[in-house]
Amino acid sequence: MNQTAMTEIFAPWENSQESPLISFQSVTKNFGNFIAIDNVSLDIYQREFFALLGPSGCGKTTLMRMLGGFETPTSGTITIDGQDMVDVPPNKRAVNMMFQSYALFPHLSVWDNIAFGLRRDKLPKDQIAARVEEMIKLVQLDKFSQRKPHQISGGQRQRVALARSLAKAPKLLLLDEPLGALDKKLRQDTQFELMDIQETTGTTFVIVTHDQEEAMTVASRIAVMDHGKLKQVDTPDRIYETPNSVYVADFIGDVNLIKGNASHRDDGKTMLHWAEGQPPIVAECPHAPSIEAHCTFSIRPEKVAISRKRPENRTNTIQGKIEDIAYLGNMSTYKVVLSDGTRVKAQTANNRRIARRELSWEDEVWLSWTETAGIILDK
Amino acid sequence: MNFRRISLISVPYLWLLVLFMVPFGIVFKISISDYAISIPPYAPTLEISNGWVGIKAFLSKLDFENYVFLTEDDLYWKAYISSLQIAIFATALTLLVSFPIAYGMANAPDAWQPTLMMLVILPFWTSFLIRVYAWMGILSQEGFLNQILMNTGAISEPLIILNTNWAVYIGIVYTYCPFMILPIYATLEKLDTSLNEAAIDLGCSRTSAFWLISVPLAKPGVIAGCFLVFIPTLGEFVIPSLLGGSRTLMIGKVLYEEFFANRDWPLASSVAVVLLMILIIPIVLYQRNQQKMMEDEQ
Repeated sequence: MNQTAMTEIFAPWENSQESPLISFQSVTKNFGNFIAIDNVSLDIYQREFFALLGPSGCGKTTLMRMLGGFETPTSGTITIDGQDMVDVPPNKRAVNMMFQSYALFPHLSVWDNIAFGLRRDKLPKDQIAARVEEMIKLVQLDKFSQRKPHQISGGQRQRVALARSLAKAPKLLLLDEPLGALDKKLRQDTQFELMDIQETTGTTFVIVTHDQEEAMTVASRIAVMDHGKLKQVDTPDRIYETPNSVYVADFIGDVNLIKGNASHRDDGKTMLHWAEGQPPIVAECPHAPSIEAHCTFSIRPEKVAISRKRPENRTNTIQGKIEDIAYLGNMSTYKVVLSDGTRVKAQTANNRRIARRELSWEDEVWLSWTETAGIILDK
Repeated sequence: MNFRRISLISVPYLWLLVLFMVPFGIVFKISISDYAISIPPYAPTLEISNGWVGIKAFLSKLDFENYVFLTEDDLYWKAYISSLQIAIFATALTLLVSFPIAYGMANAPDAWQPTLMMLVILPFWTSFLIRVYAWMGILSQEGFLNQILMNTGAISEPLIILNTNWAVYIGIVYTYCPFMILPIYATLEKLDTSLNEAAIDLGCSRTSAFWLISVPLAKPGVIAGCFLVFIPTLGEFVIPSLLGGSRTLMIGKVLYEEFFANRDWPLASSVAVVLLMILIIPIVLYQRNQQKMMEDEQ
């Protein structure tokens, strides 16, 4: 999939002329004393593949179930296609949901499961048959249409669930941890299939997941959630490269966090004073921290270069000692201890054989990175 | 074959032999004997001391005339038919009453479920006989039900319920409700709640989701419950004799009268054997249903 091409062309959230398909306006949802969703405002656009990402209990499923109509907001409004959805029951919404457990009807065959929604619309028989056949072809289940759900594999069940929820051609498809029950290999294949199907059908997808890799792979935009709040809503690359908070940086992928005090330099760059007697870290930040004390410098391990000799033309260079090496096959992670005891991970591709590797335990090394590699955060 | 395996398998067979086949053999033997004024009240009895001649004489006196008699006197086949009718109708009534209860239980908040389950089982803590007697107090002409209805002005004349078939139905529904509720509840409770949500999501109303999803999926529980109610109801004796009237004809009552009023053990035994034969059909069907369910679950 050409992720980069897609984000360049397809970015309705940057176009102020575009009106969103879904709009949450200051939505709050309480369960008793527990605040599941805390004053969330969010726009999702047509044809988006939108991921709600967060740890369990962060409110992502509640947010999605409100789109399906299975939960009603305590306050605030939700509109789909400009229509206020508060009083619209789930069976009257042009929204379908693919459940985490798939919720396939065990007494019906694959064919009848997919036809279920179409039959409720009282469509003519030949039209139903044509649509079901189309769906079965889309998810490649031709051979299994007469089987019952318990007679097919987990991956096939997942496809039936997808076909069933797409059969009514909804404006919006909700996917609740759709790949959670599949093993890793199958999950990766299915992620690409999901993206293909999303593109072919042109349906807006909202996916709930706790797997950041999955969100990064499939989504056009990701909302990172925590404790009922949206922490950051952005494209996968921006969430990864320029997280707006330590929480997001830490939640997505592997990260080094160095604490210190920030100060602004005249040329617009930001400096972080992280240890006595050490030169400050210099970084170019898109959104510079507003407070100066207690800031955190965040940098991804793969953006930290490691070498025996001090590199010449890099702004940020720090000396340290290798404490640990993790060999991951395609790459190695070096855990380096700095003079003040801070541990920084540096990752390099293993393009040489392990025997030729020049770095070893207890070696004194130089870590270095450019001004744009990391980011200074204030929260 | 090793000894351990045989001995393990033999336990249930031994159980069946001692507690079912032997008693059944005795009852069957009595049913092909003749009525006699003696102790025990039937003839012939086997005299082993006379040796081979005694056995021969014993066997020659056995015949099936009791079974022939059952077909000649219309009391018996009418009692069988009437029992079947009452059992089928009562089972249907029990299902009608129990399904909503089981459905409500399965959909109740998790914290309530043990309490609700307890309430269903609670009546078993009192003797069955006492509970049936209590219904006499409720249903009689001066009973609680009539008093309440008369005092509230709902009726001016007392309803005559006790000693009619309706009292029998009430008694059966009341007594056998738990046997219907529990298997249905067990089936419904296992169902994934998102099945219902999925049905609604795909355009069902709540009512149609109930009929299209909950009801078909409760079928195994409904079948199990129906057999559990139907089989004992068919031979029921206590409820029709205490709550039913003189015109309530059930085979259990006939059986009791043959044994204890007429002291015609051979005829009573043949009535019992025929009843068992009738019951074997639903029992076999029940077994088959159970087996099918097991296979489906694999």
